[in-house]
Amino acid sequence: MIERRRGLTIFSHAVLWGGILTVILPVYLAFVASTHPLEDVLSAPIPVLPGDQLIENYTAVLTGSVANFGSAPVLLLLANSLVMALGISIGKIAISVISAYAIVYFRFPLRPLFFWLIFVTLMLPVEVRIIPTYEVAANLSLLNSYQGLILPLIASATATFLFRQFFLTIPDQMLEAARIDGAGPIRFFIDIVLPLSRTNIAALFVILFIYGWNQYLWPLLITTDQDMGTIVVGISNLVQVTEAEPRWPYVMATTVLALIPPVVVIVLMQRQFVRGLVEQEK
Amino acid sequence: MLKRVHFKHPVLPYLLVAPQLAVTLVFFIWPAGQALWQSMLVEDAFGLSTEFVWFENYLALLSDPQYLNSIKVTVVFTVSVTALGIGSGLFLASMADRVIRFATGYRTLLITPYAVAPAVAGVLWLFMFNPTVGILAYLMHGLGISWNPLVNGSDAMVMVIIAAAWKQISYNFVFFLAGLQSIPRSLIEAAAIDGAGPFRRFWTVIFPLLSPTTFFLMVVNLVYAFFETFATIHATTSGGPANATNIMVYKVYRDGFEGLDLGSSAAQSVVLMLIVIALTIIQFRYVEKRVEYGT
Repeated sequence: MIERRRGLTIFSHAVLWGGILTVILPVYLAFVASTHPLEDVLSAPIPVLPGDQLIENYTAVLTGSVANFGSAPVLLLLANSLVMALGISIGKIAISVISAYAIVYFRFPLRPLFFWLIFVTLMLPVEVRIIPTYEVAANLSLLNSYQGLILPLIASATATFLFRQFFLTIPDQMLEAARIDGAGPIRFFIDIVLPLSRTNIAALFVILFIYGWNQYLWPLLITTDQDMGTIVVGISNLVQVTEAEPRWPYVMATTVLALIPPVVVIVLMQRQFVRGLVEQEK
Repeated sequence: MLKRVHFKHPVLPYLLVAPQLAVTLVFFIWPAGQALWQSMLVEDAFGLSTEFVWFENYLALLSDPQYLNSIKVTVVFTVSVTALGIGSGLFLASMADRVIRFATGYRTLLITPYAVAPAVAGVLWLFMFNPTVGILAYLMHGLGISWNPLVNGSDAMVMVIIAAAWKQISYNFVFFLAGLQSIPRSLIEAAAIDGAGPFRRFWTVIFPLLSPTTFFLMVVNLVYAFFETFATIHATTSGGPANATNIMVYKVYRDGFEGLDLGSSAAQSVVLMLIVIALTIIQFRYVEKRVEYGT
């Protein structure tokens, strides 16, 4: 910084610690609650240090052996979420990279129409057309299936937009040189465009994985079969028990399990994530 | 836009766009058209016949006290979430920009809420604010504040605002930090030489240079508060108590899936669609004019 002001530096650190505390506290308390027997959590004041039921509680939710649990085993829900998140991220990257390639590198009739049809979806979040989309999925018998969880969410144009922007920055000389060497469109795509896009793909993967894992409304609608549910939706089923206090240790054990995978992804791939975020929005 | 040099091929480009085009048409364009069509239909009580009524559903919304309440709730909710999220994001980012030591550590910890699902964030805060077991409710009772988000509408509103803003702080933090770090040091040094202290520099030099980022984040946060918080609301208050947290996107879901009033629900969807299109257009227009201030 410009000048050294001890007071201000200490103040900065204090504010940042305050911020971190706000970030960590809810997660820490969830973890604490997940390690205690039910009675301890229900009597105020609630414990602030971890208890001794960690293994018991987590085994109980993972295998679903808790009576009246009202949900499929959490292990199954985690697997469903993983399939959905990977399906959305890989599927979306695959279809976007090829359609962006076609739109940038080919001249063909109908190109403007296709471009317009794809990019208008930038403006339509799933929340505003839920009922007709649900009807479409029902008519295609996609309810309670992985395809139903994945397909409607891979269409949006954000990824296509990002790839298009990136392809436009690849110098034209690359293509000229490749053509002189006799490369066709597929060769050029595989040998030049894909390797150049590697960092963009990694960044996008992080964002899309988290996006897919955290989906709520869509899985809520199209999975009625508990065995097809996702972990994030499963949690709200545990909280919304009627006429009773939720069984907090189990709810919190499930919550901790639901937030571990995306948090691990973001911590490990921080650089790609920040890069992807800032570029995507440009 | 197109490359100066390009390929020509009779079928390949069509094959390449086909998958995306198919998903887009089936799951986006067609349902959006359906929503528009449904919004102009009225179904009788038994669902046996439907009648085309033009804009009757939209007019009905204007005189529906529940809908007007929902608009009010949405405005309070989105404005609070946006202000709280942007304010804390900027505050934390400017502090993080100052400190050199532990900067990466701070950043790592502060961006984690981005990875937490809105529904999960809601449940975490629901637990902390729970009147019988929550630690925050316990502390507030200790201070003599009566608190019960399950019964009291404004308590519930405060809870969902905090849960929704908590999740968004990290996003704003990342953008503000990137913005702050791209401000040329020489500008700030010049201001310092002219005798401006840290606070003066912030308001006269740094904040104006951040205004494009701030504006962009405002739009993004508004869209977030409008739509993505559906999960936060559904997992915590379900729009209650007494519709105190029934934001517009939640009402679309409730009227459509629980109330089975498809016409009204579709009309509400279209209103939301218009809002998001307006926000997107504003954003694009502004982004084009985004000030570049070098590296």
